[in-house]
Amino acid sequence: MATASIPRVRLPAQAKPGELIEIKTLISHEMESGQRRDSAGKVIPRKIIKQFVAAFNGKTVFEADWHPAISANPYQSFFYKAAESGEFTFTWKDDDGSEYVAKNKLTVG
Amino acid sequence: MISRREFLQATAAASALTVGGGVGQLGRVAAQQRLTQADITRFDPLGTVTLLYVTDIHAQLMPLHFREPSINLGVGEARGVPPHISDAEFRKYFKLATGSAEAFALTSDDFVALARNYGRMGGMDRVATLIGAVRAERGDDKVLLLDGGDNWQGSWTSLQTRAQDMVEVMSALRLDAMVGHWEFTYGAERVKEIADKAPFAFLAQNVRDNEWQEPVFEARKMFERGGAKIAVIGQALPRTAIANPRWMFPKWEFGIREEDLQKQVDESRAAGAAVVVLLSHNGFDVDRKLARRVKGLDVILTAHTHDAMPGLIRVGDTVLVASGSHGKFVSRLDIEVKDKKVAGVRFKLMPVFSDAIAPDPAMKALVERVRAPFAKDLARPIGKTDSLLYRRGNFNGTFDDVICHAMLAERDAEISLSPGFRWGATLLPGDAITWEDVTNATAITYPNCYRSQMTGAQLKEILEDVADNIFHPDPYFQGGGDMVRVGGMGYALDISKSVGSRVSGMVHLKSGKPIEAAKSYTVAGWASVNENTQGPPIWDVLAAHLAKAGAIRIEPNNSVKVTGA
Amino acid sequence: MVLKSVEKTRRETLTLAAMAGLALLIAPRMSLADEAAVAAEIKKLYGDKKLESGKIKLDVPEIAENGLVVPINVEVESPMTDSNYVKTVHVFADGNPLPGVVSYRFTPACGKAAASIRMRLAQTQNIVCIAEMSNGALHSVKANVKVTIGGCGG
Repeated sequence: MATASIPRVRLPAQAKPGELIEIKTLISHEMESGQRRDSAGKVIPRKIIKQFVAAFNGKTVFEADWHPAISANPYQSFFYKAAESGEFTFTWKDDDGSEYVAKNKLTVG
Repeated sequence: MISRREFLQATAAASALTVGGGVGQLGRVAAQQRLTQADITRFDPLGTVTLLYVTDIHAQLMPLHFREPSINLGVGEARGVPPHISDAEFRKYFKLATGSAEAFALTSDDFVALARNYGRMGGMDRVATLIGAVRAERGDDKVLLLDGGDNWQGSWTSLQTRAQDMVEVMSALRLDAMVGHWEFTYGAERVKEIADKAPFAFLAQNVRDNEWQEPVFEARKMFERGGAKIAVIGQALPRTAIANPRWMFPKWEFGIREEDLQKQVDESRAAGAAVVVLLSHNGFDVDRKLARRVKGLDVILTAHTHDAMPGLIRVGDTVLVASGSHGKFVSRLDIEVKDKKVAGVRFKLMPVFSDAIAPDPAMKALVERVRAPFAKDLARPIGKTDSLLYRRGNFNGTFDDVICHAMLAERDAEISLSPGFRWGATLLPGDAITWEDVTNATAITYPNCYRSQMTGAQLKEILEDVADNIFHPDPYFQGGGDMVRVGGMGYALDISKSVGSRVSGMVHLKSGKPIEAAKSYTVAGWASVNENTQGPPIWDVLAAHLAKAGAIRIEPNNSVKVTGA
Repeated sequence: MVLKSVEKTRRETLTLAAMAGLALLIAPRMSLADEAAVAAEIKKLYGDKKLESGKIKLDVPEIAENGLVVPINVEVESPMTDSNYVKTVHVFADGNPLPGVVSYRFTPACGKAAASIRMRLAQTQNIVCIAEMSNGALHSVKANVKVTIGGCGG
């Protein structure tokens, strides 16, 4: 049974212009690699999140293509240089076509 | 490595003594060289700051014997340099007279005769006396007391009280800060509970929660002594989650974290620290490498590998202190601070000779109180030994041989595996073996003695893996500890080779037949890091064997052939 | 006291398999990548273009605490301006069933070309990192991570 994929994000709510902030993300997901066999010896089919995209005010700022080597419940952190107030959209794209989305506001001033 | 000046300081006590005529004249030599409490505490003070340092006490409240290693091989850059020298070579390097009190405390040969002469070492009441004497001489405001970890584990009383006995003793000593390794085997919750409540700081810059990578413990603490600011940064054993059961602290991850450490050093300086100390459970070789790579550390108080050295090792501007184990030594480091910087250091490794040092009455009473609920059990006779039983050494110790024999017999196994722990008291020929002695060698929170089938290939993989943890030429890839002890099987080990090709010639001793890769063997072992390991606790296995075996006699063990040293 | 010998349980078997390495992470007889497979991936991306050293800081543990969750932090030195920034970073592992781990695409808006993730490693192996700069220059770095059965610490 796959667990529901719930994203979690940690980033400061406020930043000064030009400040470098670290964005930490987590999502619950089994990241089934496609390389394991079940007790009957059958290969368990691959089902992973294959891409993570971070956009700010609609513009992509960071992307990551994940391979089956990425651990279950993937963690991804990266940086962003604060320029203006707005909203982040984080999108996790599953092999099965599902997308998991989280949005976070950032106030710059 | 060691400057002539430190050398003279380190050996001042030894050089004042007669250079003895060796083992044949022990009685005379011993009579001339018996140290007094005044000899042990004698020190020409320097500056305004004194660091007192104890480490790897392994919950030993009482005086004991602990034989230092006869084999302590170093690889790579550590080959043949302190602390990887032993016996005659060690005495020559540190200018210790054969048969002297220092030689007894720091080397292994002629151990039985010297032990009968010089008596036991350690005991927290004696440690308290030395600490009290230094505080009285210097004034409380100049002295910082630090512990390098592996304080809470290693005895029946600490296991039964989940370290409460040691926490009370260290609190009474007015410990300022400590770090951890075996401490973590009481589980995350207990460690946090003590760290939050205790009057001393539990420091670790290198432990993170594995979800968000946030620090779990306070990384450092700033103290003020003798008018100077002293930053103490804590470093837990970076390999705790590999060397010990990770499931006991599933949300924590460790690692060396050099860059984070550099940040801690830089922040300490920015906050006005005149002295920056790393209280480190890295192990000596790791610290020697780290001292070259992390800038701005004045002192590294080393631990984990149980090395004791009567002199400082200098790496660039950093001095490394190695203070031994089991309460055998208290290190004193005086520091002179000028212009907010370290201007000079002076060191002495004070040996805790139990017969020479008057016990501190308050600590004696406290130790009696914490032991009282278990006193009857601890004194219970289990067996007797006619051989010297010790543990420390790279390949086998006679006490480990007894444990391996116990597992073969009691678990009906062809081969037994016993971990290469460096802790555990030494027993002399003729000693009774009490429950306290049994548990001093076995008291851990994952004691189950498994019995299972392993193929020859799996056995080889285990030996290769453990050997790489000790003999990888880069200390950052080592895990500490000694080679896994093996019963019922011999093998050859070339320590100069790399992982996968060090072990050869594996042979089943009883049949004399080579171990076959594809064949299954019945193997007993203990201290598996895997959760839910099945089997009786190792102390029961050992006690059952001792009860039947009569007086223990251990023949020389030549089952491991070592080359490449 | 007599200790009963216990028959080997399934749990003990699993425990031993775990002790003997991380073989259970991957299916039996499934082949593992090697240095050549990583080299082939890099060639597919960048042909025979020269790989320079420097600029990349690859932070991985010397010894993995858990082969299923090995933290990897990559940081590439760059001013991260519109005219001079790190475009892409690829991470490969030469001892996993497949060589690919992760590919990052950075933009100047990141301010710093650094990212952390956690990966699975089936055995002791090398991690190879390739960074492509906005001017087309390529940098690479390699680090070894040891995956061990653990235990027996002092």
